[in-house]
Amino acid sequence: MKNETHPIQVILYEGDGAQPLAASERFAVFSQLLDKGYAVMRVTAEKARLESPGVGIPLVVIGNFGGTAPALEDAAGQIEITTHDIGGLAPDAVLDLIEQGRVADQRGLNQPGVSGMWKPWFPVIDYDRCTNCMQCLSFCLFDVYSVDDNQKIQVKNQDNCKTNCPACSRVCPEVAIMFPKYAAGPINGDVVNQVDLEREKMKVDISSLLGGDIYSRLRDRSEAAKSRFSKERSPDKALDERKRCLTKLQQSGIIPAEVLAELDLASLPSPEEIQRRAAEAAAKAQAAREAAGTA
Amino acid sequence: MKILYCRCAFAQVVPQETKDAVLEKLCESGASFETVSDLCEMAARKDDRLKELLGDGETPVKIAACYPRAVKWLFHNAGVPFPQEEGKVEVLNMRDQSAEDIVNELTGN
Repeated sequence: MKNETHPIQVILYEGDGAQPLAASERFAVFSQLLDKGYAVMRVTAEKARLESPGVGIPLVVIGNFGGTAPALEDAAGQIEITTHDIGGLAPDAVLDLIEQGRVADQRGLNQPGVSGMWKPWFPVIDYDRCTNCMQCLSFCLFDVYSVDDNQKIQVKNQDNCKTNCPACSRVCPEVAIMFPKYAAGPINGDVVNQVDLEREKMKVDISSLLGGDIYSRLRDRSEAAKSRFSKERSPDKALDERKRCLTKLQQSGIIPAEVLAELDLASLPSPEEIQRRAAEAAAKAQAAREAAGTA
Repeated sequence: MKILYCRCAFAQVVPQETKDAVLEKLCESGASFETVSDLCEMAARKDDRLKELLGDGETPVKIAACYPRAVKWLFHNAGVPFPQEEGKVEVLNMRDQSAEDIVNELTGN
């Protein structure tokens, strides 16, 4: 789960009244703070002015002030400012100082490099390429996509996205969906070339082989199940159906195996819910196409 | 001109040696600059500072991060589109470009 609070803004002040750090020391301070999740700004004599990072975001100003850090305050009283003299402190001691202050103020921070913790993984839409075809909306099982008031596709519930799963990007016919943390192009945002377009079209065909999308496949199976005995429509059967669909998707390579392995299949939407969403997605897609005059 | 450096700290997709070399050179320069731990992390929280990072729209901004297409739409999707005027924001790609090229672009050498 990600932390939603605004972290503090650290400023390394090296303007008038402060001695600049040695370049190696400066690099060590920056890299340690950045790797812990902090934002750090360097202010030199060239631009010896503190800029507001925004209302409500506390500033922590550090510098080699020669023993005593100056007391600073925001004239408008909107920004909390703390100052520290870091002269003589090793870079890891600077990090400790910042960490202690943050924890004491009970300010949350998303920390990178911590196993099992939240990671920023979500789709980014390239609207220069997107044709509003709604394939992503109807494909995603986790309700990540929706449409805005103008029937334009948008990422609505990015926190629902499954870490390391780029499946919607793979089925996008225009390669308009990016995951910046993905290893390979064009999903990572690399330039899209003709070969990529052809390859992505082929993947859409693979998806079609599975029944157009997982919703329609599940819907078809659910319809078929209605004609059988009612005992066939048990939750266990539905779960099996879903597992089989996901296994096929796994075999197709669209959804990475490790992502499927982490899915709690029991927590996925019920077959009825899937049908409802599929109908809703189809209606949204149709409305969007009509609004765009492409129906 | 404003310089922004993204550490991409939440993933191992930008070569460590490139992002270290770029930061090292920035630290050796006399320039003021801004650094963030991870632009994706900030975009995920729709952090208000994203707007501040792009500045007033008049001052040119150079961003050392990853693929320009990804960075442009990351800001856009977080509600902070790049300025309309072409060239006001330049994204330098630490995933593909050499550290030397990026530093030269950032510092104007």
